[in-house]
Amino acid sequence: MAGAISSGPPTSTRTYQGLGQYLMLPSWVIIGFFLVLPVGMMLIYSFLTKEFRGGVIWEFSLSAYDQFFFDRGLFGDEPAKIEWTYITIFWRSIWQAALATVLCLIIGFPTAWFIATRSGRNKAILLFLITIPYWVNLLIRTISMKFLIRDTGPLNTWLIEFGLISEPLHMVNTNFAVQLGLFYSYLPFMVLPIYASVERYNNSLSEAAADLYASKFVILSKIVLPMVKPGIIAGCILVFVPSLGAFLAPDLLGGAKNFMIGSLIEEQFKGNAGNWPFGAAASMILLSMVLVVLLFYARAQDKGGQNHG
Amino acid sequence: MKHMLKLGASALALMLATSTAHAEGKLSIYNWFEYMPKELLDKFSAEHGIEVTMDTYDSNESMLAALKAGKLGSYDVSVPGDYMVKIMASEGLLDTFSKDELSNFGNIEPKWVDVSFDPGRKSSIPYQWGSTSFAVNRDAFSGDIATTDMIFNPPAELKGKINVLDSQGEVLAFAALHLGIPQCSTDREQLKAVNDLLQNAKPHWASISSDIAKDVLVSREADVGMIWSGFSAKAREEGANVEYAFPKQGYVVWMDNVVLLKDAPNRENALKFMNFLLEPENAATLTNFAQYTAGVSGSGAFLNPTVAALPESNPPADGNGVFVQACSEEVQKVYDTIWTNLKK
Repeated sequence: MAGAISSGPPTSTRTYQGLGQYLMLPSWVIIGFFLVLPVGMMLIYSFLTKEFRGGVIWEFSLSAYDQFFFDRGLFGDEPAKIEWTYITIFWRSIWQAALATVLCLIIGFPTAWFIATRSGRNKAILLFLITIPYWVNLLIRTISMKFLIRDTGPLNTWLIEFGLISEPLHMVNTNFAVQLGLFYSYLPFMVLPIYASVERYNNSLSEAAADLYASKFVILSKIVLPMVKPGIIAGCILVFVPSLGAFLAPDLLGGAKNFMIGSLIEEQFKGNAGNWPFGAAASMILLSMVLVVLLFYARAQDKGGQNHG
Repeated sequence: MKHMLKLGASALALMLATSTAHAEGKLSIYNWFEYMPKELLDKFSAEHGIEVTMDTYDSNESMLAALKAGKLGSYDVSVPGDYMVKIMASEGLLDTFSKDELSNFGNIEPKWVDVSFDPGRKSSIPYQWGSTSFAVNRDAFSGDIATTDMIFNPPAELKGKINVLDSQGEVLAFAALHLGIPQCSTDREQLKAVNDLLQNAKPHWASISSDIAKDVLVSREADVGMIWSGFSAKAREEGANVEYAFPKQGYVVWMDNVVLLKDAPNRENALKFMNFLLEPENAATLTNFAQYTAGVSGSGAFLNPTVAALPESNPPADGNGVFVQACSEEVQKVYDTIWTNLKK
């Protein structure tokens, strides 16, 4: 009898023995269909010859990457120089995304801390309030933001009514407006992961440190930040990556005078350019950059794991 | 022989039967945004018992890209502009029909039958035609607006208050008109001049966008807006004190056309729809909504008088309207570079 009981658990394990790889099948299908296939297609297209007015010719070509990195003048017959156009566009997007990430972090961290330290019921309500705007479509939220800040919009009207300014502040079609849009779009992606790690943080650690005469700054930098670091990094990535490819905020709030990475790629497929291989190549370059960021994150996670382990 | 006739007749009957079965079916339209009044679609559905679905796009090029990326075969008709009809035909995206298949074919205004982009109208019928130019807010500027300087070399009070359409073809056509050079020129000096013109004009522009072309005029974020004629009329209707310009250097004329797409899933219904749009009354309903001009004889009688009298639809007799040309691959490549330079 005792033997039968002790052999219970191994029997259930054995039920699935040898089935492991088949049970993984759904994940493989999902990874294959939604990741490997589209990215593989993009990779292949980026090395094909472009067809006039959209489409590809199935001949190997490096011209898409050549176009990205080398400038051969307006007519394509001058000696090759380094092409700054696309680097400028990428740099603009990266800078913008980085700034949005920092802004979100500065506002998001205290917000997350505040929410996580409330009592149970208030916590739930505050979290709910953070997520409410995200039930509305991003496009509509971005346009509403534009209505709010335009010269004749409510914000300017109020500021003038309260006598704070006499002329309307011109905000639409400025970098400020783009930053505001990105910040507003992605703030919850910063707040929620930080909230999750702050909530797990055991406050008696801070108290113990204070008992040992640690200053508030030391408690924050030596104890709190290392403990909630995974949440901060996750939040930064969740804000940075979509901001990098964002074109709604730059287009609607920034006036679309300048390409962002997102609108540059869109133009290759939807605009006159009709240069699919170049669009694919630009996407691959963007993807490689995002992968580098993610690798950096994975390594940071590993290190964190070792320290705590 | 008799037997064969009988067989033919029964085959014909069968075909008719299937086509009636199809008729109580569907129609899938791919059209520009804000370009079709719902009442007109409802009327068509009610008359023919056909369920209509419509998707929209915001540029000729995005429509072409979508069709080439695999949407061909899911739509019956789309509404490309003049030069795009030619491109689509050369890419083999269009089906053809004969005049007999459209009982209202004769309603097409004679001057729009033998058009350069589809001689003899083998794949297309007129939808609406109008012009692309710019509208200027008269509260902001009272001088002469009939010049492309408004866009490329604006007076001080209009600098930084200009919206330009995010449409390479129309902007570069305007640049060519401003410089007095032919479109799609292969001359290097002329192409360089176009590039320089845009580079020097850009600092005066507030935005480059098509979707907001009307709204920025109404909200006065822009006092000069490159715009389609009908949208200028709508902006005025919504309270903007704008006047539409027919610049002396010239302006862009365009015609949108309903085309029969290749591999249309409901070809019969598509033809019924085209025939429906060629009824003068229906063409007028469309014009009353879109506020451009129909290319259908007899539609004038059904027009709303204010729409018929719109200054946008009545260019000066000596007006110099030109179609946008589709450039050769070689020139298009330079145009793409110029456009990227503009927006980098």
